[in-house]
Amino acid sequence: MSTVSTAEAAPRHKKPRGQLDHAQRMRRTGWMLSAPAVAIMILVAIAPLVDAVWLSLFHKRLTTPDANSFAGLSNYWVVLKDPLWWTDVWTTLALTVATVSVEFVIGFGLAHLMQRALHLRRSLRTIVLIPYGIVTVVSAYAWRYAFDPSTGFVNDWFGIDIAWFDHRWSALFVIAVSEIWKTTPFMSLLLLGGLIQVSPDVQEAARVDGAGPWQRLTRVTLPIMKQAVLVALLFRTMDAFRIFDAVFVMTGGANDTETVSFLAYRQLVSRTALGLGSAISVLLFACVLLIAFLFIKLFRTDVSKLGSPT
Amino acid sequence: MSQPSPARDGARVLVSVLVIAITVLPLAWMVSLSFKGGDDINNAKFLPSSWSWDNYRTVFKNDLFTDALRNSIGISLIATVIAVACATGTAYALVRMEFPGKRLILLGALAIAMFPTIAVVGPLFDMWRRIGLFDTWIGLILPYLSFTMPLSIWTLTSFFKQIPWALEDAARIDGASAWQAFRYVIAPMAVPAVLTTAILVFFFAWNDFVFSVSLTSTNKSRTVPAALAFFTGASQFQQPTAAIAAASVVVSIPVVVLVLIFQKRIVAGITSGAVKE
Repeated sequence: MSTVSTAEAAPRHKKPRGQLDHAQRMRRTGWMLSAPAVAIMILVAIAPLVDAVWLSLFHKRLTTPDANSFAGLSNYWVVLKDPLWWTDVWTTLALTVATVSVEFVIGFGLAHLMQRALHLRRSLRTIVLIPYGIVTVVSAYAWRYAFDPSTGFVNDWFGIDIAWFDHRWSALFVIAVSEIWKTTPFMSLLLLGGLIQVSPDVQEAARVDGAGPWQRLTRVTLPIMKQAVLVALLFRTMDAFRIFDAVFVMTGGANDTETVSFLAYRQLVSRTALGLGSAISVLLFACVLLIAFLFIKLFRTDVSKLGSPT
Repeated sequence: MSQPSPARDGARVLVSVLVIAITVLPLAWMVSLSFKGGDDINNAKFLPSSWSWDNYRTVFKNDLFTDALRNSIGISLIATVIAVACATGTAYALVRMEFPGKRLILLGALAIAMFPTIAVVGPLFDMWRRIGLFDTWIGLILPYLSFTMPLSIWTLTSFFKQIPWALEDAARIDGASAWQAFRYVIAPMAVPAVLTTAILVFFFAWNDFVFSVSLTSTNKSRTVPAALAFFTGASQFQQPTAAIAAASVVVSIPVVVLVLIFQKRIVAGITSGAVKE
């Protein structure tokens, strides 16, 4: 910026008036343009989150408005020593690990296919994108009715007779299928963005040096696209950990399929237990922060270079 | 790069067809289900034995659905316009101006993108009830704005960084007014970015379930995803399966149309910030 060099060259009080005004004006315009977005984010995201931390310190239920006493950390203690919390954490973790790892493998294969396919490339890219836009609840209903023994075709097609939603792991399997169908496009597009950065020359050089397909993948391709892999895995993992819609639609949390978000919802909205529910929300947020922290440590990447969360 | 070989190409075509089939399967299933009339719903087969429009007639006669559809369209469009307008201003300032706090805005936005939405539902539920925003359009639009703002700001910022802004000054030197320089030089390059961001924001608002199911209680402002969870059959002994299928097909139409028209733009939007810099 020209203002900077002028400011360095001339003593402060002698700085040309016009230039000083320009910098000031720019600063003011910058703030004014950012103000609406910043105000909304502070008022409707950051403030409520701080409020949630505050609420979690009180015994508070909307049904008994008078019984609003300071609870200290006892809400957290109630949550953490309840086996239900731990069941829900394990359910959520299992779903997260299963969906994200399957999505990563399929998504990577799909990105590869979208890059290399000679025929059908356009249709492939367009059609694969559709699940990304489909409402999560709709996806959940489609898969639920497909697996449901009374309405669905899955049992008929495979000649089996399974009551999918009556057992924990089979129900979680269907929930995972719906999630994978819905979010693999997002994963594969982020990976495709990274894959494009890997130049064919480098691949060729590795091949000439005698690297096999597996070595080229793990020693050349993946390290070069590390940034895209991090972004894809990080955002999908954080997103998977807050899974709510599919569980609500498919099982309503029955047969130990409840997730942490669903537990928070039940306490906050169904039971209007704002104190206890907020404690669960804060713990959930802490889990998500921990996931982000682990990923960034693991990949040793500069956070400020991360990209658009979708 | 691997040498072109017919066998490999053939295999790729085969896998492509398979991928497309699996992607389309649940959608085709929902469509098929929505055309099943009467007891056909429980035939446990993929296709109906006879096709019927009854389910569509049922859902469009049902206030629960038509009101929800109106709410979904209104709320999503308003949220999209406001979010994109605010984010465009912010992204322009972040790319074109020097002012303290720039980095803080970007990092703050990134942090908000990590919030589990359920974490702010409790406080909003409490506050909206007290100030009269519970079960209103504004009560849903506000959280949609705050949760799409990070995505909008990041996407627009990374797009705006690629615009050759020097052309604006060049146009000014050539005698164009500030408005002309903006209208004829900058706007044509910025509009596709804004449009892409708008589509992504619209998808978010259209998809939301957590806020809609928590912050509404009647047809006044409940959107379609939440309304689907409250559907009942024609009589209380009937499952709402067919009605849900028909309603699901209806809300998927705008999405499929947008994807078919703007496929390239959406892909660019999703990948924008992720790989550059």
